[in-house]
Amino acid sequence: MPSPHRTTTSTPETAPVRHDAHAAIEVAGFRKSYDDVIAVDDISFTVDRGEIFGLLGPNGAGKTTTLECLEGLRRPDVGRLRVFGVDPTREPRRLNGLIGVQLQASSLPHTMTCDDAMQFFCAYHGVAARWDLLDRMGLGEKRDTTFDELSTGLQRRLALALAIAHEPDVLILDEPTAGLDVGSRAELHRLIQELRDAGTTILLATHDMAEAERMTDRVAILLRGRIVAVGSPRQLTATGDGLTKISVRSERSTLGDGSDLDSVDQAGVSDEYTVVFTRRVAPTIATILERLDHSEDPLIDLRVERPSLEERFLELTAEEQAR
Amino acid sequence: MTAFAHHLGFEFKSGIRNPTSMLMYYLFPLGFYALMGVVMVEINPDFAELLIPSMVLVTLMAGTLLGLPGELVEAREAGIYRAFKVNGVPAISIIVIPLLAAAFHGTIGSAAIALTAGPLFDVTTPSDWLAFILVTVLSVFTLGSLAALIGVVSASARATVLWSQLVFLPSMLIGGLMLDLELLPTTVRGFSGLLPSTYAMQAYRGLAYGAETMLDPTMSMIVLAAGGVVAFGLAVALFSWDRKNATRRLPSTLALLAIAPYVAGIFLA
Repeated sequence: MPSPHRTTTSTPETAPVRHDAHAAIEVAGFRKSYDDVIAVDDISFTVDRGEIFGLLGPNGAGKTTTLECLEGLRRPDVGRLRVFGVDPTREPRRLNGLIGVQLQASSLPHTMTCDDAMQFFCAYHGVAARWDLLDRMGLGEKRDTTFDELSTGLQRRLALALAIAHEPDVLILDEPTAGLDVGSRAELHRLIQELRDAGTTILLATHDMAEAERMTDRVAILLRGRIVAVGSPRQLTATGDGLTKISVRSERSTLGDGSDLDSVDQAGVSDEYTVVFTRRVAPTIATILERLDHSEDPLIDLRVERPSLEERFLELTAEEQAR
Repeated sequence: MTAFAHHLGFEFKSGIRNPTSMLMYYLFPLGFYALMGVVMVEINPDFAELLIPSMVLVTLMAGTLLGLPGELVEAREAGIYRAFKVNGVPAISIIVIPLLAAAFHGTIGSAAIALTAGPLFDVTTPSDWLAFILVTVLSVFTLGSLAALIGVVSASARATVLWSQLVFLPSMLIGGLMLDLELLPTTVRGFSGLLPSTYAMQAYRGLAYGAETMLDPTMSMIVLAAGGVVAFGLAVALFSWDRKNATRRLPSTLALLAIAPYVAGIFLA
């Protein structure tokens, strides 16, 4: 089960970095540049055991660089990176047993069949081949198919099967659903949730806001190599300036367009619903219910829609660009 | 050991599944062998003594120099090594195992030539088969190591072709494969001392056929072995997991040290 989430939404300045037994992944003061380009600029975060943690950001934000340093594929310029206390740079053999990785651009030798791949990687991890995972990933009938004959979706499924075959404690996924159809995405999301329920810590990089909002326990938003916010998707959306949408439908529509309600920023009517936007959600709902009760106008439907993570992300992006 | 065996098994199968590898391991060298057996022996009867060792070397060079470097570069560029690294495949396996697989294929092709050339083309067979096998094993190690080094330091598949041909073509022309070293002009003979095939042919001729040679056959074996060891060491030292990754531990120009044993061989052998 995931550890309790921290209750504060953290700005980069206040992002707590803990060095404790609960952390599966620790990143502190991490910086990486390529020649003159700073890819990651002094970021810090921790991922708790059993948690799904998302790294969110546009292309070039530094997500993949961060993951690749945690995977031991690149060396950080500065900073402390640990996966269950293991330094990815100094202890690659120990790291390999701890982590399962699905790279952003998964590639295998084009003559390698699914069977070959499963046998090959399981042998290097010192575990028995997990043929059941091929069935689970819908590759049961493709076992003799070579990698270059698989569709993109099936290639990514195979990569995921290989990443989890040795039952790693930490699973690192870089844009896992990129290029997948709707059905494959849903199946992959189910699998990720199952792995989390089984105790696997998952670090997920994505620029798909809906995926992050739905899948992750906490996210860090990266912009231009810096973390601009950390917290649960709910916490992040709650701290923004976004307006909450309240839609109300009653039998006699006595609310009208709702423009006379207190604390309402925008109001209107849409498909027999009074639709208002507000920052003060509770008082507005209380006023609406009181007004309907007073008018003896029975409520049919009331919907509250918080700002999405995407809206919060765009807000943060705009703030960052304004600096 | 299990992982090593699985990896080697896959590489061997891959050589059969991949049409380009099949061409380099079998179709091109065996076709060339058949052509030379029919035509060259007829034109030049002296070639009867050279057919088996020269065609074995062509087979080994095609499988290693023409086949291996491109595969290594393509795998690196496609990110396959990155997938290997995060799954615990050691760098040494990435160099050694394709080399061994190429050696297996080369050995099969070589055996086919060595065993059929006598009955098919009535050419001279080795008088000392053990020496013949030893020279073949050493040649495949040296050529494979050189091929691995080319693959490791080349920036692109196109560059591997250039470097590989820089060794392959002169080997064919002045490496003693088509013409005995004695027949080459003195200045050209000096250049031929920079090629591993020259030493391999001298070792075949002196040790496996008991013929008179221009170079000391034992010293030729030593130069060949030293060339292989240096190239292999450099391939391991200069290996990088991907193009974009951290700079190599050592500059790739160090690869030029691979010719040092052959330069020494010009004076010693």
